[in-house]
Amino acid sequence: MTKLLEWVGVALALAAAWALVALDALDAGVPRALREVAWPLPLYLLVAFGCYSLATVGYRVATFNDCDDAAEELRAQIGEAREDLTRKGLKW
Amino acid sequence: MAGGTSTRSRRGDGEKYSVLLPTYNERENLPLIVWLLVKYFGESGYDYEIIVIDDGSPDGTLEIAEQLQKIYGEDKILLRPRAKKLGLGTAYIHGIKHATGNFIFIMDADLSHHPKFIPEFIEKQKKGNYDLVSGTRYQGNGGVYGWDLRRKLISRGANFVTQVLLRPGASDLTGSFRLYKKKVLEGLIERCVSKGYVFQMEMIVRARQLNYSIGEVPISFVDRVYGESKLGGNEIVSFLKGLLTLFATT
Ligand SMILES: Nc1nc2c(ncn2[C@@H]2O[C@H](COP(=O)(O)OP(=O)(O)OP(=O)(O)O)[C@@H](O)[C@H]2O)c(=O)[nH]1
Ligand SMILES: [Mg+2]
Repeated sequence: MTKLLEWVGVALALAAAWALVALDALDAGVPRALREVAWPLPLYLLVAFGCYSLATVGYRVATFNDCDDAAEELRAQIGEAREDLTRKGLKW
Repeated sequence: MAGGTSTRSRRGDGEKYSVLLPTYNERENLPLIVWLLVKYFGESGYDYEIIVIDDGSPDGTLEIAEQLQKIYGEDKILLRPRAKKLGLGTAYIHGIKHATGNFIFIMDADLSHHPKFIPEFIEKQKKGNYDLVSGTRYQGNGGVYGWDLRRKLISRGANFVTQVLLRPGASDLTGSFRLYKKKVLEGLIERCVSKGYVFQMEMIVRARQLNYSIGEVPISFVDRVYGESKLGGNEIVSFLKGLLTLFATT
């Protein structure tokens, strides 16, 4: 099963659950209070997920390691390598 | 028989690592990356070979590769050039055909992947008998050098979207510093059709799909010092296209 189908499947299941509660689709007599809570829930979830996404990406950008030491080490090694290779007869 | 022992691993565990180095206009970088590879493989004592796949670089990369072969020997440096630029995917396929190791390293020749991590990849692989070990910039001590805020944002954003949509079970999907069991790589590479960044992503997504085990090693990624680096709107658009394709097909 492709990821796309997995997503469609989960979305349909959630939509059905929402319809059952918020719209009382089967006339099962869902209490009014519960329906009113369920009705805007998808929007809340969407907004919450959006916030979570922004916070996560923001945090990860802010904490992305800058490898200054690695760059410094590489620079030194490049010098060393050039010298050694020239000694071994490499024509650059 | 005596001659044969010199190429065998000092560790004598029978493993051999073939490093595939695709090059296109890497005349400046190739000697340096080869020097570093020889240094770290030499120090750690693993048996290895370096396979240079040059695609007719106009800057004379092949000529300098030939010099390196003379310096380090034909058993260590193998040249498998192609006449013209045919792309990375087929360069790997071409390289694997000539690899004699039972493990394959894939890395860029532009010095953004440092050979000092190679022993860590190998230890990690041995520890979990992983089918593939992937370098990751996004975990532990991993990181980048030379990226501005915009590039970091794009990278983290793209990675987040991909993680949500594909749940690939690996943190760095577009990185291309990886160690594969040879058989695994051979099987994977034939299934992969994407180009560019998406190619690396497809490799790891399909690996997960085929239930291969994946280990990760944090790496520092130092953006190329010599030569041009590119990340324009085109790259982003083709990345998104590739992502959606994988979303719909894997
Ligand atoms: N044989 C071969 N090698 C290639 C080709 N295109 C790129 N390469 C090599 O593949 C490696 C990765 O390519 P890069 O140009 O560094 O690609 P990148 O790392 O995604 O992008 P930047 O480093 O940001 O430019 C380098 O060693 C290149 O020399 C190709 O068509 N054929
Ligand atoms: Mg690069």
